[in-house]
Amino acid sequence: MSVVKTNNKDKFLNKIANSLGRERKTEGVARPKWKHQPQYEVFKGMNQDELLEQLVEQCDRIHTTAKVTKLENLPNVLKEVIDELGGKSIVNWKDPRFDEYNLNDIFEEFSNEEGNEFHVWDSTMFEENMKIAERANIGITFSDMTLAESGTVVLLSDKGKGRSVSLLPATHVAIIPKSTIVPRMSQAARKLHEMAQKGNVPSCVNFISGPSNSADIELNLVVGVHGPIKATYIIVEDK
Amino acid sequence: MAIKTGDENFFTRVDKGINNEFMRKAVATAQGRIDGRRRDSISSLGDWEEWRNHAEEIRQHTLENLDFYLEQLAENVEKRGGKIFFAETAEEANEYIKNVVSSKNAKKIIKSKSMVTEEISMNQALESIGCDVVESDLGEWILQLDDHDPPSHIVVPALHKNREQIRETFEDKRGYKKTSNPEEMALFAREQLRKDFLEAEVGITGCNFAVAESGSISLVTNEGNARMATTIPKTQITVMGMERIVPTWEELDVLVSMLARSAVGQKLTSYVTGLTGPKDEGDVDGPEEFHLVVVDNGRSKILGTQFQSALQCIRCAACINVCPVYRHIGGHSYGSIYPGPIGAVLNPLLGDYDEWKELPYASTLCSACTDVCPVKIPLHNLLIEHRRMMVEQEGKAPFAEKLAMKGYAFAASSPSIYNMGTKTAPSVMGPYSNNGFITNGPGPVKLWTDIRDLPELSKGKDKFRTWFENRDKGGN
Repeated sequence: MSVVKTNNKDKFLNKIANSLGRERKTEGVARPKWKHQPQYEVFKGMNQDELLEQLVEQCDRIHTTAKVTKLENLPNVLKEVIDELGGKSIVNWKDPRFDEYNLNDIFEEFSNEEGNEFHVWDSTMFEENMKIAERANIGITFSDMTLAESGTVVLLSDKGKGRSVSLLPATHVAIIPKSTIVPRMSQAARKLHEMAQKGNVPSCVNFISGPSNSADIELNLVVGVHGPIKATYIIVEDK
Repeated sequence: MAIKTGDENFFTRVDKGINNEFMRKAVATAQGRIDGRRRDSISSLGDWEEWRNHAEEIRQHTLENLDFYLEQLAENVEKRGGKIFFAETAEEANEYIKNVVSSKNAKKIIKSKSMVTEEISMNQALESIGCDVVESDLGEWILQLDDHDPPSHIVVPALHKNREQIRETFEDKRGYKKTSNPEEMALFAREQLRKDFLEAEVGITGCNFAVAESGSISLVTNEGNARMATTIPKTQITVMGMERIVPTWEELDVLVSMLARSAVGQKLTSYVTGLTGPKDEGDVDGPEEFHLVVVDNGRSKILGTQFQSALQCIRCAACINVCPVYRHIGGHSYGSIYPGPIGAVLNPLLGDYDEWKELPYASTLCSACTDVCPVKIPLHNLLIEHRRMMVEQEGKAPFAEKLAMKGYAFAASSPSIYNMGTKTAPSVMGPYSNNGFITNGPGPVKLWTDIRDLPELSKGKDKFRTWFENRDKGGN
């Protein structure tokens, strides 16, 4: 079998420069100061409460259940949500926020119940994690950034924060600290731009807006295709 | 599938389209719905024209400096442990992809929707080495099961099919036993494809936009299939048209925001996924190996020409959803995986005028396409430019037009011959007239009257010159 030795880059890029009628540019190109920047006008000047209101409103449009709770009541609300979704099996991120938000007890209680399966993402278990996630009923994650305009939770992958948790189970629950809510994708993009400058963008950044869906059959919206069939956001007043 | 979807000639395809009542109804409904949603979703963005201006300046700047940004992309992909390959032709791209797949001894490939892999006939290339390539986008999967029926729309590929046809395909090919309810059928697809996702050794995706500053690629989807294809298989191959790149995440935001609205009327799709290299150390899921294939396949010859703005395209299909010609003839009539106004502009550029001479004429030049384009491609002007190029440089105007123009040149060369012509035309056309309309005209007129009725030529009083003289005298 032949092995490709070169990536053909120079020939390819020279051809582009040639078509553009100039020498190849390998340095000295900076983004111009853009003449138009409408994206920062959206929800400009809104406080966290107003952004929260926008987020909840948008959830309705994207077939997502939104619950808002105070920090002390979060365990009860989460328990309620787990019951509503039919319980049985849960897979969680390994994320210190579960502890910070005092959620360990309810998971302990859950896993003690007979017939229930509870798993916390564990990188030492390799692919076993994905098998468990695949048969899980509920996957639970925390939102790293939350976009009010589009009802989006932004999940940054990491060792303990597997991509599968928000993808393979039948339902997805995202816990949203209110402080993570920003107006729209632009603010999250700026943050990612800063991370990119430092060279530490995570291997997978997911912007998730509700459950999976498709309109490929006669343009009828079907909620739930390959990703989760249901999505629930629990927004917690953390500060 | 290649760009060209069949060998039938343009008029045969159009005839089929025009006579397919279900398709025409489906297209009309789809256009209304998608464009309605698009309009609703842009109204909440504030000054839409400012957004279009911004998107345009981003696309223009990126194309002007494309070699720089692609080089930056390559460096960053490699820095993160990915491999990048630049393919000038479809063959080079397929050769590289086949090599990667064979080196993994992979037989099962799961794909998410990608126009550029269609363009280069990648599936056929992989099938030729014994691979099973499964399309996982619901629309694409339906078409694949239905013996590779060509797509008729770039966002909703199975738009021309009704639910009963889809149910039959599922029954014939996969023994589906339930009803034609879209929810039941989507659930069936979920169950069927889940197995494929779990078994696949290689996942292949397209790329909505690459991000030069971090070597990332992005996927804008709703079904979750692209996430599956990039989470489970050990090897990921992403194929991108070379122009689908932005400088930084900040520009990605703007273009993704406009793509989601213009394509499906959503603020964001259910999933926008940014992937950088293979999985990080310690990550459990995600690919161990990541390959990015950047494809030229005719694009570089568009750069630096008066058609360069066509490369601004972000494949949202907003132009298709408002086109009155597409509405009547449907996607298959264009004979290409790229239908509608953008297809009529792009196909002659990626291919040549010989092959695609009819498409620039498959337009009323109403400019609805130009008005909705989120990146401000002057589509109808580019269609006029194609027509001009064909006539001036290539002498490839359609035969009937040439004949008509020759006749006109002769007639118009002398006022007396011209006047005689316009006076005798009504009597010549008289026998073809039916209640004041010509419905089945002779010769060159036939092409017109096959599609619509021509008003009967009036005898004298409404002729333009007569009307004009009359108007000068105070008539109307």
